[in-house]
Amino acid sequence: MAIPIEYNLRSIVVRWASALVAVIGIAGTVAVFIVVLAMGQGFKATLASSGSSQNAIVLRGGANSEMESVVTLEETKVIGDAAGVARQVGGTPLYSGEVVVIAPFPLRSSGTDANVQVRGVSALALDVRPNVHLVEGRFFQPGLAELVIGRNASLNYEGLDLGSEVQFGGGTWTVVGIFESGGSSFDSEVWCDATVLNQIYKRPENIFQSVTVHLNSIEAHQEFKDAITSDPRLNVDVYRERDYYEQQSNTIQTVIRQLGVSLALIMAVGAVFAALNTMYSAVAARIREIATLRALGFSPASVLLSFLLESVIIALVGGAIGCLVSLPFNGFTTGTMNWQTFSHLAFAFRVTPAILIAGLAFAVIMGLVGGLPPAMRAARLPVVVALREL
Amino acid sequence: MVRVDCSGTDCLVQVRNLDKKYYRGNEVIDVLRGLNLDVSAGEFVAFMGPSGSGKTTLLNLIGGLDTPTSGTVTVGGEEINDLSGRRLTSWRARHVGFIFQMYNLIPVLTAYQNVQLPLLLTGLSKAERDRHVHTALELVGLADRAKHYPGQLSGGEEQRVAIARAIVADPTLLLCDEPTGDLDRETGDEIIEILHRLSKEHEKTVLMVTHDPLAAEKADSQLHLEKGLLVEAERRGEIS
Repeated sequence: MAIPIEYNLRSIVVRWASALVAVIGIAGTVAVFIVVLAMGQGFKATLASSGSSQNAIVLRGGANSEMESVVTLEETKVIGDAAGVARQVGGTPLYSGEVVVIAPFPLRSSGTDANVQVRGVSALALDVRPNVHLVEGRFFQPGLAELVIGRNASLNYEGLDLGSEVQFGGGTWTVVGIFESGGSSFDSEVWCDATVLNQIYKRPENIFQSVTVHLNSIEAHQEFKDAITSDPRLNVDVYRERDYYEQQSNTIQTVIRQLGVSLALIMAVGAVFAALNTMYSAVAARIREIATLRALGFSPASVLLSFLLESVIIALVGGAIGCLVSLPFNGFTTGTMNWQTFSHLAFAFRVTPAILIAGLAFAVIMGLVGGLPPAMRAARLPVVVALREL
Repeated sequence: MVRVDCSGTDCLVQVRNLDKKYYRGNEVIDVLRGLNLDVSAGEFVAFMGPSGSGKTTLLNLIGGLDTPTSGTVTVGGEEINDLSGRRLTSWRARHVGFIFQMYNLIPVLTAYQNVQLPLLLTGLSKAERDRHVHTALELVGLADRAKHYPGQLSGGEEQRVAIARAIVADPTLLLCDEPTGDLDRETGDEIIEILHRLSKEHEKTVLMVTHDPLAAEKADSQLHLEKGLLVEAERRGEIS
């Protein structure tokens, strides 16, 4: 049987000041680690929630994003008539040919301009995307220079209040409604009539950048995709809308994760040194106890495990505190540039159970790394010499 | 002088030609030099001698805490100097109870938990361990202090807890390194009395290092070491 855990727990309590150094170091590192992962997770979730599995987005063949894509009016009609596309009661297919432009608006927080994605949509856009709904005002009237604003865009940018007039792209627009989309990236967008947007920006009127269709069911995706990709009139790529937006988050999420994990690793070096210091001093202060345990018949492996366990307990306390410290960041909203669209995107940090577990696992690793050399020293102490220690 | 006088199966400890050298840089320190010794089962032996004479080293070698430079140590028919480190650790747990001058109790564990430590290395159930610990604590008169921490006990009480810890797993040998060295006369006498009782009433073989002639007088035999050799052996019966 191993050395009883009470030995380690009470030793930590008795030497709490020394343990506190390691606890604080590990707690800080774990908190940073969790917050960074929560940031990446929040960004990904914001984009992923923009898409519905029952929707498909169609881009020109080879285009990686809407910014690179062109779809003609004729193609949008072919796409809308394809198999698998849901229809309204009257038989109108549920699709929206869309264009996107970037327009600068001043941030309320700093007064500096940030890029906002302005999306020209069809009048059926709300039916195509059931997760988007108006919370104030009304939807734009086709043919008029009217805007409906995503909730986050309305909160974050000056001048995008209901009823206000806004100038961009050479035109004057009126804000007629505010919509919400459950915290997705659409909440950071401004929507208007696609035809009007093309006119004001002096673009060809019958050109779109993407077509989003609402399908009969989630399972209808393959039927729709087969129909579109086998049609010789079309040269397009088809994605589930959810997959498309998830993929859009990859670049930023990778950057956040790499920067964040690098930062956490640098901090972890400091935390590991704190754990090393704590555990080396614990061993130094308990040399005679260790020798006594060895004399009683506890093996070097038992001693090693006991001190490793002690280090891990300290690390777990630090990890738990780190988790608690990071929890208030859950839901904290911030914004960043979405490099796929070059527009500003608001998103909320998401501290998920999986991230908390990852944080605790990170703490355990720091505890093991910081505890192993002192534990090995404890296990290798020459018993006879150590028994003479005061 | 040697003390090789055990007869047949009665002999528990046999030490033959025991050498122990320590190396300090280029200097070689001969701590024990060809020492021979027999100890009978149930005997209470006191080792005396000046500091540096090799008493504690001898005790450590017999207890398997240290390994000899040459020579053999046989306990209960098992030659322990040939055992690997792992087997020696296991052997110590089964056969040896240690009592130290400074008690060496674990300060963050209660008297009960300290006494229980050697039993954690056995296959005993919790109920059996409980029974053994209470028996050991009762034997040293401290059953009522089981929940006290070492810091809440007097020096004498701490040493009695240490004795309970040494005997709880019913070892073959009790090795005591100056068990009264940190105690006043009266308390020291109590400790020696307990050791004497363990030898006589419970047939424990007790090897004790001491500087105290009065403590040594309680032993069956007093052996004197000087410069790594046994120089004098006195049998209790022969002293008087």
